Amino acid sequence: MMDINILMYLVPSLIMFGCGIYGFITRKNMIAILISLELMLNSVDINFAVFNRYLFPDQMDGMFFALFAIAIAAAETAIALAIVINVFRIAKKVDINQISKLKF
Amino acid sequence: MDYSQFLMMPQEIGLLATFLLVFLYDTFMPAKCQKGLPLFTAAAFALYTAFSFIPCCTGIAFAGMFEQSQATWAMKGILNIGTFLVILQAVKWTNSDFVSVRRGEFYELIMLTLFGMFLMVSARNFLLFYIGLETASLPLAALAAFEKNHYESREAAAKYIFTAIFSSAIMLLGVSFVYGLSGSLNFATIGEVLVSKQSALLIVAVAFVIAGVGFKLSLVPFHNWTADVYQGAPTAVTSYLSVISKGAAAFAFLVILTQVFGAVYADVWKWMLYAVIVLTITIGNLFAVRQRNLKRFLAFSSISQAGYIMLGVIAANTLGMASMMYYVVVYIFSNLAAFGVIAAIERKTGKVTTDDYNGLFKTNPWLSFTMMVAMFSLAGIPPFAGFFSKFFVFAGALHGADVAIYVLVLIALINTIISLYYYLLVVKAMFIRQDECAIPTFKSHWTEKAGMIICVMGIVLLGIASCVYTSLVDFASASDALFQLIR
Repeated sequence: MMDINILMYLVPSLIMFGCGIYGFITRKNMIAILISLELMLNSVDINFAVFNRYLFPDQMDGMFFALFAIAIAAAETAIALAIVINVFRIAKKVDINQISKLKF
Repeated sequence: MDYSQFLMMPQEIGLLATFLLVFLYDTFMPAKCQKGLPLFTAAAFALYTAFSFIPCCTGIAFAGMFEQSQATWAMKGILNIGTFLVILQAVKWTNSDFVSVRRGEFYELIMLTLFGMFLMVSARNFLLFYIGLETASLPLAALAAFEKNHYESREAAAKYIFTAIFSSAIMLLGVSFVYGLSGSLNFATIGEVLVSKQSALLIVAVAFVIAGVGFKLSLVPFHNWTADVYQGAPTAVTSYLSVISKGAAAFAFLVILTQVFGAVYADVWKWMLYAVIVLTITIGNLFAVRQRNLKRFLAFSSISQAGYIMLGVIAANTLGMASMMYYVVVYIFSNLAAFGVIAAIERKTGKVTTDDYNGLFKTNPWLSFTMMVAMFSLAGIPPFAGFFSKFFVFAGALHGADVAIYVLVLIALINTIISLYYYLLVVKAMFIRQDECAIPTFKSHWTEKAGMIICVMGIVLLGIASCVYTSLVDFASASDALFQLIR
């Protein structure tokens, strides 16, 4: 059987993080941006859980941090969705170009 | 569990009690009493601010998660004064037509964010720090969207929440690397482990943490959200965002950099912060020159002021820490005086550009006087406190420093001269330029007047009363242990 080592978790998690940054920068739909942000936060949670499981299995710090991070990410999404709905009321669209009046 | 640990957090408990009091008033008082809510909040908060200056036990609580030292105690007192001024200046605004329906929420959210900032200041564990950071920044997004019938407020809130989540994700990645390297989330433990375990991953982690907290502090190159959010958010929220949130984040940043990453000060983060400070001060200044909207102008001015605050961090000694705290106090008074004038004029006339202020001295001499004192203090002109705060920050940075830091202080000095130009533009508009249709004479509400008078007195007296700075130096030298990894 193949031996599963720590890199097999860390590399996908970093790829997830990179995808999140890419989506955050390129996407025009605010919901898609929110999904990208979620991707970034979740990849960090994976990092914490994996570091804890492989490197420091005798304590639970990382697992707890991941739990708290998930809860806080949910709160962030709730507020961000409320704000997106607030923007949606102006133009019936959630396009990022709708919020480009303030600049320079 | 040892319940006596709670004696170390009288300020947090007092704040929560004030919050509950306001919340109960907001929920259960009959509709005809609701108009008194802002004044009730201001009075309750004033009492609480006085209470928070009673000395309390210091030490480490909750298995190393929470630390109350004399420095954190003083920092929380400073933040309390600033929040009190914001609340006082917002009284009239929250009684206006569009906002009055949900005026209670404004005060409750402000107190909640302040509670989060207290956790940030006192946190000695990344878990508590992260919770504090999010408790501080999530209600602020709701506050930025407070005037929900205004388009600008919606846009500001959207920009704020997206950048806030993005920056905390970046910071969390750095924290996860730190955890992977050291196996702990406790600041002191990580600091000791990292002395012997230095690797390339650590440099990446430091960079990510600086980037994440730099977003909150609006340091260049992470500053792009600042101007838009400051311009779009309601003025009371902008003033809160620019002083209180920045002061708390700066203090927490100092603790993380020295206690956690102290081992790599000279090799890694000193140079990262060096570049960030040069960029922050210069770019903030250059962009401020071309702004015509005063809120946007103060946003860029606050970016460059954040660079000066960071000079106290890069010094990494107790003198730098004391100077940073002193800078934050003076900055709170100066900026809140400026925002008090802007808010009063915006509430009466809706005007916020520099050109609208032409000839203001003829019609509203006291307002222009307050604005002039605030601008002089921000620019650092001698009789006012702003000069002394800049002086102490430079002195703290130069204390036992090398040639590179001397160059940095020289760059900061040159930038002070550039900043004089744009601060004086506002003064020139008010005093020298004439305008037929200047803003007509009006009376501001007594709460606004009281707020401005306190700010002006603070600006004038803080420069003269040396006891403030000396006691801050004493408080900072009591937490000398923060800097033990650097020497």
